[in-house]
Formats: sequence, structure tokens, C-alpha cells
Amino acid sequence: MMTSEFFESWFLPGIWITIQVTVYSAVLAAVVSFTVGTLRTSQFWIVRFLAGIYFEIFRGTSALVFMFWMAFAVPLLFGVQFLPMGAGVLALGLTYGAYGSEIVRGALAAVAPAQREAGIALNFTRMQRLRRIELPQAWPEMVPPFNNLLIELLKGTALVSVITVADMTFSGNLLRLATNASAPIYTLLLVLYFVLAFVLTRGMRVLERQAKAGIGQTPPSSGLFSGLRSKSTDTAVTGGVK
Amino acid sequence: MNSWSWSVVQEFMPRFWDGVIITLEALALGTLIAFTLGLFWALAQRSSVRWIRVPVVAFTEFVRNTPLLVQLFFLFYVVPEWGPSMSALTTGIVGLGLHYSTYTAEVYRAGIDGVPAGQWEAATALNLPRVHTWRAVILPQAIRRVVPALGNYVVAMLKDSPMIAVIGALDMLGEARAFSNETFTSEALTVVGVAFILIAYPASLLMRYLERRLVH
Repeated sequence: MMTSEFFESWFLPGIWITIQVTVYSAVLAAVVSFTVGTLRTSQFWIVRFLAGIYFEIFRGTSALVFMFWMAFAVPLLFGVQFLPMGAGVLALGLTYGAYGSEIVRGALAAVAPAQREAGIALNFTRMQRLRRIELPQAWPEMVPPFNNLLIELLKGTALVSVITVADMTFSGNLLRLATNASAPIYTLLLVLYFVLAFVLTRGMRVLERQAKAGIGQTPPSSGLFSGLRSKSTDTAVTGGVK
Repeated sequence: MNSWSWSVVQEFMPRFWDGVIITLEALALGTLIAFTLGLFWALAQRSSVRWIRVPVVAFTEFVRNTPLLVQLFFLFYVVPEWGPSMSALTTGIVGLGLHYSTYTAEVYRAGIDGVPAGQWEAATALNLPRVHTWRAVILPQAIRRVVPALGNYVVAMLKDSPMIAVIGALDMLGEARAFSNETFTSEALTVVGVAFILIAYPASLLMRYLERRLVH
């Protein structure tokens, strides 16, 4: 069975690695989302086109194949060797960033055109308009879909175990090889991922509440067990960005 | 590029096509499971019996928010301890189908909620039996609206399908890994990576076309 020594030397660090991978790739994905998403609303067609190509390529990419490619093909092809965790974080950040860019683009497009025109009338530069007018109003719209994407990202971090990053799935597999007690191990793993997803959701609900308060709205209060994802009829019908 | 050799690509091609067939097979059967089981979950979530509704909601919520990879490990290593032992491919198909059924359940739910209340009332006024109401009035209207969303999840499932290689199925990624390990080359992974983009992009274009035709 699970010895306390193994638990302390592999499993707890594994949880910590999973949290680290989640945070790093979420930060990278957020940077990519806002950069690419904003560029996709650019007034120059060539910028829109290039950002669009980035979106289409990474939306068509399988995160796992990309991760393998970064870890095993890139060193041979280009002579660049990443740390395993670096390859995993890059692969997750770049793919989920592409999904996120669609959220940012959609939310920016949903800001009333009169707001942008008012900014132009006041002689704001493009950056000032974006920073002071468009993004603050688009942000509350982005939080619920970002919550869903963050959970997808957390689930995606399990993939780094196959490129030998010692996250909690990796240590779970080690433990199975050592003890053969697969039922308790994988049940525990699934529960841990669910708990992490639950914690993330609560955090994002707080963020949503603050963001909506910033533009004078109050989101409908949802119970503690109302489900982890924001359920928008519209995205379910059209499939959203996934 | 330092070392790219087209002859290695040539050598990999026969196994690549074997992998494509396995990937498409897993995708087709996984989709079949996801579409039928998802509809079942969606209907069960609307049940008036609390003892059906609550466990189904909890189960689908749990499956949707935990990683498919760990679920595949669970199905592959735990289920055989007290149930049927399945091959890696079968496990992969069941895993993909089960995981994505919890997404399609949400899609069906949204579609059913989108059917105007007047349709229900009309069915009641015509004294249609419950089964008839669902089969002839509600579901045809609900499903038409959600076809593009269901299609998007097929594309998403395609991109998650290489996970079945981790438990040993010889899909595109499985073949590429095996080939790379035997020959100490990396071209196969690149070929498979490009192949995914080439399959997924036209598929998502098709979904956007359907969305314009069927939803709006």
C-alpha cells in the first residue's frame, strides 16, 4: 500500500509540480490570448491574417502530439533542448492561448461600437482606447469562458506526465508500478484533479464578481455546488471555441 | 533544419496510414458512444426522479472536470480488476466516448432548453404521448440547432485521441512513437503533427459552415 515515505517523497511534490505547471502555462496562455486576441482586431489586414494563422494552426494541433514534438523532435531538428517541464508548459501555453485568443477577440468585438467611436472623438490613441475603454468593458465577459478554459488547461497538465515531468499523474503511475494497487491510486488522482478544478472555479467566481461589480453589474448568485462551469446556452449551441 | 530526411518519411508512410485508420476508427466509435450516451445523460438530468437526476449530474460533472488521461489509466488498470479486461484500443474508445458524452450532454441540454415552451404546450394540447413528444417534436428541433456544436466536439475528440497511444494503442501517435524509438529519428512525429492540423482545419471549417446553415 501507499507508504508514507513514498507519499512524501513523490506524491506531494507531484501535486506541487501539477500546480506549478498549471500556473506557468496559464500565465503563458493569458499572455498569448491577449496578444493574439487583440492583434486579431487590428485595423491592418496583414496583422489580422498572421494572428488568424496562429489561431488556426494551434487550434488544429493536438496538445499531446505537440508536446511530444517539442520534447523529442525539436532537439533533433533544431538542436534546441528544453527541460521537460519547459516543453510541457510551452505546448500547453501556446495551444490554450490560441483558444483564449478567440475569447478575447469575441469579447472585444462585443463592446458597443459607440464606445470605440467616443474614444476616437476624444483623440485617444489605439493603445489608450484598448487599455482605458475596450478591455475594461470586455473583461467581465471574458471571465466565465476563461474559467472553463482554465479547467481544460488543468486537465491538460496531466499530459506532461508522458514527457517525464514528475507531476501527480506521473507519481501515480510510479506508485502503481511499485505497489500494484491501482484502484486507490487512480481514484485518489481523479479526486485530486476534481478538487483542484473546484478550487479554481471558486477563485474565478470571485474574479467574475469583482469584474462585473466594476461595470455595475451583479452576477446571479450561484450555489456552492452549482457545477464547475459557467453554462452559457449560446456557447453550448455553437460549440464555443473548443 | 539540421536533420530532415525525406527517405525516413517515406519509410514511415505505410505505418502512418495504419495509424490513421486506427485513429479514425477510435474517433468514429468514440463519437457514436459520445452522441448516444450524451443524449441519455441529458434526458436523465431532466428526470423528475431525484434519485436519477442527482447521481447523473454528479457523475457527469466529475467526469467532465477530470483529465481524460487519468480516466484512461483508470479504465485500463483498475476496471479489469473487477470487470472485463479490454484491449488498449477498446479502452481508448470507451474512454473517449465516455469523456465526451459528458460534453455532448451539456450540448443536448442547451438544445432542449432552446425549444420554445409553445412546442411543449402544443404537444400537450394534441394529447401526444410523452415518447412521441420527445421523438417527433422536441428532439428534432433541439438536435438540428446543436449539430455544429456536436461537430466541434468531434474535432476536439480527434485532437484528444492521441492519448490512447499512452496506454498502448497504435493510433497515429502510437505508430510514430514506435517508429521513432526503433529508428532513432524524429520525422514521424512531425508528420503526425502536421497530419492533425490538416485533418482538423477542414473539419472546423465544415462546422462553421454548418453553424451558419443550421443555427442562425
